[in-house]
Amino acid sequence: MSKDLYSAAGFYEFVDEKKLMGTKCKSCGELYLPPRPLCSACHSEEMDWVEMSGKGKLEAFTVTLYGPTRMVEAGYSAKNPYCVGIVRLDEGPAISAQILGFDLSKPEEIKVGTPMQLNFIIGRRVKRRRPTSGSKPHSA
Amino acid sequence: MAAKRFNRGVALVGAGMSSFGAFPGKTTRDLFVEAFKEMHASVDKGFDPNDIDECYFGNYSSSQFEGQGFTAPFIANAVGMNPRPAIRAENACASSGTAVRLGITAIASGIADMVLVGGYEKETDQPTEKVTEILATASDNLYENVAGFTFPGLYAALATAYMHKHGATPETMMKVAWQNHENGALNPKAQFGKKISDFIKMKQRSAEKRGKPIPEWDDDMAFLRDPRANPVISWPMRLFDCSPVSDGAAAMLLVAEDMAHNFTDKPLYIRASALASGVPMHDRSDLTTIETATKAGEVAYEMAGVGPKDIQVCEVHDCFTMTQVIATEDLGFFARGEGWKALEEGRTARDGDRPINTSGGLKSKGHPVGASGAGQVIEVWKQLRGEAGERQLPGEPTLGMTHNLGGSGQVCAVHIFERG
Repeated sequence: MSKDLYSAAGFYEFVDEKKLMGTKCKSCGELYLPPRPLCSACHSEEMDWVEMSGKGKLEAFTVTLYGPTRMVEAGYSAKNPYCVGIVRLDEGPAISAQILGFDLSKPEEIKVGTPMQLNFIIGRRVKRRRPTSGSKPHSA
Repeated sequence: MAAKRFNRGVALVGAGMSSFGAFPGKTTRDLFVEAFKEMHASVDKGFDPNDIDECYFGNYSSSQFEGQGFTAPFIANAVGMNPRPAIRAENACASSGTAVRLGITAIASGIADMVLVGGYEKETDQPTEKVTEILATASDNLYENVAGFTFPGLYAALATAYMHKHGATPETMMKVAWQNHENGALNPKAQFGKKISDFIKMKQRSAEKRGKPIPEWDDDMAFLRDPRANPVISWPMRLFDCSPVSDGAAAMLLVAEDMAHNFTDKPLYIRASALASGVPMHDRSDLTTIETATKAGEVAYEMAGVGPKDIQVCEVHDCFTMTQVIATEDLGFFARGEGWKALEEGRTARDGDRPINTSGGLKSKGHPVGASGAGQVIEVWKQLRGEAGERQLPGEPTLGMTHNLGGSGQVCAVHIFERG
């Protein structure tokens, strides 16, 4: 049902199926990730789901020592920091995601432009059973 | 989004602020009363508060910080403004830049002749982690927070994109902090009105008191490079790259231009008011700029009929150090990729050719988010009237600008002021 709405609920339902889904405007072809029900470019209301390849490049990142409660509850701390960044997908749109696969003790060696491959973090959920982190690209 | 004109002119004739800092026991009402009293005293020829027509207040989230929602009528009550219209503007850290704009448009429309505008925030009652979470509700709750982004994290990510493209380094950011603390040390209202060398002396005195070995650093930059003195918060951002958690308020009096001289012989005329909204960070095509700031800046210049070269005083939204560098490019003071060099060459220092954040900026002065945009206007007021004391810019500047970001830069309010 949520999948008919081109909404966050629909997006996260697909994430549960390990699919990264955006929407494509039927009128002008503009591609959106996350999905949206209304085209920002031409204001058309006609959308289609479209699956993303999950391949892309790291565009910006940070290694966070003091995270929000949900990351602290997942075991992260100043002594065990995590990397989060923005990955530009080959299809064009970019997405916020936790970044895995780097040595976080040497953040200066993490390079913008590193190829990324989508992965899914299973089981980290918040209240109301909504999946918290849809995607987790890691360095390829 | 083209520049439009005011139906009639608007002037700033009074401005005041509380100190910014941590004030246990004081509420936003207390802080705003302090700002109001200073504003009242600043109006050269005096005024009767009963003549005020409307009130516009910036406040991000007293509901989360103080457990008090719906603050506009309470604040209006605290300064004797009921039953006048009182409206709270919420645009995250650009809330009071937005309130200033609403006050201006009320007068420009003709519905009001005199308007009280300002902003207030009370953050320090909450522990730091809670403050971080409250601020994070202004980022994308559906797609950014869930990945682990905090506000320092979002702006740190912008910094990595900027550094990668243009060659700036973490040293650039340390130099922003150094410069803003040099300015803030001359601002008696600043929360951390201390130079980096003052922080060094504090650490040394504190060690001496506790009978510990006294730490030494070769110079101010060595202190900022030392991870014990300046720890990483969200790489590449360290403690001294982040603006503080603050309490504070600011207030000002706007009037119709043709009334300005009833209040003062030194009014500031509003030459431009621009506000832009934008997309969350992951939706931007370029992470080395903040497009709302570029857009609001362009509209403001067009509205005022001036260009970046004409601006002599400018307060930019340095919520994090690299943001200041990016702001100086977004506003057209420097070409893309040149802002960090200009900073490192000292061009944005108080004695440089393009002084930025003479108040100390949010970094040193403090960042009570709902009051920060209004606080910027207070500095422009002082500088353009020659009342900025030890930090006064030479040459009797006449044209000033404020740049107030909201959230991760999803909103930017830009105003231009001219001394009459």
